Amino acid sequence: MSTNITLLIVMGVLFAVGFYLLLERSLTRVLLGIVVLGNGVNLLLLSAGGRRGQAPLYEESLAAEDYTDPLPQALILTAIVITFAVTAFMLAMIYRSWVISRADVVTDDLEDLRVSQQSTFDFEEDSPVPEDTTEFDGDVDLDLVPVKKPKGKGPRA
Amino acid sequence: MLLVLIALFAVAGIAPFIFRLLGRSTFYVLSAVPALAFVWLLANFSSFTQADQAASAGGPNAPPSELYSWIGPLNVHLDFRMDALSAVLCLLVLGVGALVLFYCARYFKNEDPHTGAFGAQLLAFAASMFGLVTADDMILLFIFWELTTILSFLLIGFNRTRMSARRSALTALIVTTFGGLTMLAGIIMLGTAAGTYRISEIMAMAPELSALGTYIDVAIALLLIGAISKSALVPFHFWLPGAMAAPTPVSAYLHAAAMVKAGVYLIARLSPGFNETAFWQPMLLWLGLATMLIGGWRALKQHDLKLLLAYGTVSQLGFMILVLGVGTPNATLAALAMMLAHGFFKATLFLVVGIIDHKSGTRDLHQLSGLYKSAPLLFVISAIAVASMAGVPPLFGFVAKESVYEALLENAADNGAVGVFLLIGVVAGAVLTFAYSARFLWGGFANKTGLKKTAFPRVPLLFLTPLLVLSAATVVFAWIPHVLEDLIAPFVGLLPAAQTPIHLGLWHGLSPALGLSILTMALGAAIFLAREKVFVFQSKVPAVFDAERDYKHMVGGLDNLAIWLTGRTQRGSLSFYLIVIMIVALVVPVVAMLWLDTPIPGNFIAYDHPAQLVIGLIMILGAVGAVQANRRFLAVLMVSVTGYGMAAIFALQGAPDLAVTQLLVETIVLVAFVLALRALPVELWAKNPTGHRLGRALIGIGFGAAMVLIAATAMASRVAEPISLAYPELAYVGGAGKNIVNVTLVDMRAWDTFGEITVLAAAATGVASLIFVRGRGDTRLRASEVPRGSVDHGSEAIGINGKSRAGLAMARTFALSKSDSWLVAGHTLAPERRSITFEVVTRLLFHTILLSSVYLLLAGHNTPGGGFAGGLLAGLALTIRYLAGGRVELAEATPVSPGTLMGAGLGLAALSAAAPLLFGAQMFASAAIEFTLPVFGEHKFVTSTVFDIGVYLVVVGLVIDVLRSLGSEIDERSEGRSPTDMHDLVTGADTGVGR
Repeated sequence: MSTNITLLIVMGVLFAVGFYLLLERSLTRVLLGIVVLGNGVNLLLLSAGGRRGQAPLYEESLAAEDYTDPLPQALILTAIVITFAVTAFMLAMIYRSWVISRADVVTDDLEDLRVSQQSTFDFEEDSPVPEDTTEFDGDVDLDLVPVKKPKGKGPRA
Repeated sequence: MLLVLIALFAVAGIAPFIFRLLGRSTFYVLSAVPALAFVWLLANFSSFTQADQAASAGGPNAPPSELYSWIGPLNVHLDFRMDALSAVLCLLVLGVGALVLFYCARYFKNEDPHTGAFGAQLLAFAASMFGLVTADDMILLFIFWELTTILSFLLIGFNRTRMSARRSALTALIVTTFGGLTMLAGIIMLGTAAGTYRISEIMAMAPELSALGTYIDVAIALLLIGAISKSALVPFHFWLPGAMAAPTPVSAYLHAAAMVKAGVYLIARLSPGFNETAFWQPMLLWLGLATMLIGGWRALKQHDLKLLLAYGTVSQLGFMILVLGVGTPNATLAALAMMLAHGFFKATLFLVVGIIDHKSGTRDLHQLSGLYKSAPLLFVISAIAVASMAGVPPLFGFVAKESVYEALLENAADNGAVGVFLLIGVVAGAVLTFAYSARFLWGGFANKTGLKKTAFPRVPLLFLTPLLVLSAATVVFAWIPHVLEDLIAPFVGLLPAAQTPIHLGLWHGLSPALGLSILTMALGAAIFLAREKVFVFQSKVPAVFDAERDYKHMVGGLDNLAIWLTGRTQRGSLSFYLIVIMIVALVVPVVAMLWLDTPIPGNFIAYDHPAQLVIGLIMILGAVGAVQANRRFLAVLMVSVTGYGMAAIFALQGAPDLAVTQLLVETIVLVAFVLALRALPVELWAKNPTGHRLGRALIGIGFGAAMVLIAATAMASRVAEPISLAYPELAYVGGAGKNIVNVTLVDMRAWDTFGEITVLAAAATGVASLIFVRGRGDTRLRASEVPRGSVDHGSEAIGINGKSRAGLAMARTFALSKSDSWLVAGHTLAPERRSITFEVVTRLLFHTILLSSVYLLLAGHNTPGGGFAGGLLAGLALTIRYLAGGRVELAEATPVSPGTLMGAGLGLAALSAAAPLLFGAQMFASAAIEFTLPVFGEHKFVTSTVFDIGVYLVVVGLVIDVLRSLGSEIDERSEGRSPTDMHDLVTGADTGVGR
């Protein structure tokens, strides 16, 4: 099958620009990157369908090869609308981020950084436990028993 | 059998509800269930023991079996079988289970929290054990096996506020699950080789299987690892003492009588067929002996009575498994007798400890004194159980230990040095057992110098009843051991017969075994008497082998590794993740292309249509402009250029549907961008730290180039006919539509579209939630409730020069005129926001556009259009209304809330998916209905249009949600303020989250 160089080059530029924008810290540019990438992907799908032909509206006189491939078109149509929904969602997120923190930048996740710097997974795992020699701390059946000082239930209690 | 199992589980299920009615007395009810099952077991015992133990299900005189088909293709079935071995185990499981539950009724108090859950778990545990020992399917056995693990986890961690309990529960879970999974591997290996998972069949074909050599050796070894982890053998033994954090009844049942016996059961079960495989004896004999000695040694050191028993149990389990490992019929008989004896005395002793703790508030033998006087009956019971444990006649423990000595003597005679070594080891272990037994009795009950007599209230008889029953068994069966022997013997009969079979009995004459018993008692007594010195000696010997420490290091090391790995990969930087993903996405296909013999791209054409060159150039300029633009809206516009360019390319490439959709989407997206970003600063990166620009540019360009290469190669690689060649015919004949793309969406690939509109609804809800924060903000605003000219006041100064002042005066006149019926809510806008031209045009266009959208929707089956395009066009009409008349106008234009619209849309789509089922067709099947209308002539209605209407509604709902959220709501917040000013403070609490 033949390859349309123009479409291919435009697609390459869209991918390049899309990824460049995606790596920005400004949320708006990230979103623009996603939109541009979406266009690039759609162009890729379109060119993968082959050369242009008749619009895929059925006519008895036409052979199946005469139409532009309808399958990538169905995929692209879905992709266009989904990209719209994602764009709207991200716009709402950008607005929200602006309202809350006066920023529209992607910041590093502090929680992730904290996790990567901690020494052990769970301090509880490593703390010693006092020995228990009864299940009946302080609530012994009978008053006759001299009151024992309550045993520790672990350092966090 | 299944009935018993179901009854046990069912009562466990409703137990918490009974607890609400009866309080702790519920334990009596729960206890009755295994007790009844126990009676059933006894009543039918002969049918289990007198059957031909080797017979497979359905054969003549086979043990009772119940077979239910379950997962046929995997050969996994609900098969149960009650033969002699299962029945013996059931005696312990059900009998001790009933007694322990009975005991719980006095152990707990009515006001104790969570007793309902506790009772349910304990009974469910009994049910799982019953299932485990009766399952005749390896996978089923594994399921019950893991059920007991989980219930054990819950029961050990019952005191959830204690860290020791939580930690021990987790340790037990991890260790036994490790064993369980190892066992599963063995099970699957064994089942694959045998072609069945039914245990009785596998045992029947054991000789052929064993002939397979190493494969089966390994499979059996894996199974044994499961068994020894469950039965707490070295090196897994440490979980059992830890499990003493459980309430004492749990220890008595799970960790003495039942769960830890699961491993013993499994080993016994496999013994007749596989005790000559390569790893059997080495694993069981040496690990068993090591466990027996280590357990006994540690037990002697403990001052907590419960821990003393726990290590004693570890020791005894090693003992039993060692004897089973010998594999001779005599040894097997002795081991099973030992298992029963252990069930009797060890459960009793745990219950004793429970009572001591309950009544005195401690289990520390350094604090207990004089209990033999204050609790005489408890003392007698303990003395019997302890004596049985120590192997003192005339008790059943002695009978069992005597038979073990006989079996080991026989083994020593047959096997020379190894046998002798084993015998010496076992005697040493038994000496330790005697010593710690004595220490237990002394520690719990004796008068100790320098200690005040422990206050100890009278123990109610009801509390003691289960202990009395178990003690009675210990005493009585010593005198009638043949009753128990008759139960065990049928199973032992599966092994090749012994030359001189041994029998259980109190008196065998002056035999060597009796000599060993006397030696054991004498040495044990000596160690006990010298306990002070022994203790000093013990504390000087360093713990060379500390599995618990090793386990902690292993878990700690795993944690550290996890943190290290997380720290290296999860750095919290989005760009980092994206770069990693992109580089992988780049490198893998390129490497694959170089590696594999991919065709060289060829057959290039410059363009399909000369206009593509121009459009392409404009798009490239737009894209580059988007990178360069430093103002927000300029960048957005530049991106829009590429979008509109796409529409043109679609149009030229013979894709009218795409062109229409892209055009509409691009327009609405542009509006959405403007609406949402108006609150943000104009400059795009006042403070943007744009580091690594060159690096990012290189990555981007590299990726673009790679995509070009990949795309070209992919296109050159096509060898098969595309499936879409069949689409035109399918669409016209099958889908009754001429627009192939639309028929593909609503008919041939309707599932995809259904998924997509669900995503649209979710995204729309997401947008509304992010902006409204609380709910979807569905209350409708009416124009009649809004004062004239009150909406959308800005703060910018308008009209500083004369020209605009005149314009403003004009606008005021227009706003106040009576005849403003162009729009419903135009008059609510602030005068300076109104435009008469826009309002008039909107008035003229709105209904036309809306009608066109319906046309696009309905005609879309045959001509370009369809639900997506139609819905977007309708959305555009509403967008125009909003832009011309403000948020009140939008509210007036949308009487139905977007949530309702999308719900209705999804509902219609689902309906059109499901309706064909009623007519016996597949989901999403479509039908064409032809009819004639008086004026319009002949028509054809295709049912998939209903689906398209659903799509239409969802898309309209999505657009409305975008307009309401990014438009109306942000308008309201910025009312009277400059657009970038303090949006968060306008409606106060309404913006809630995150601050």
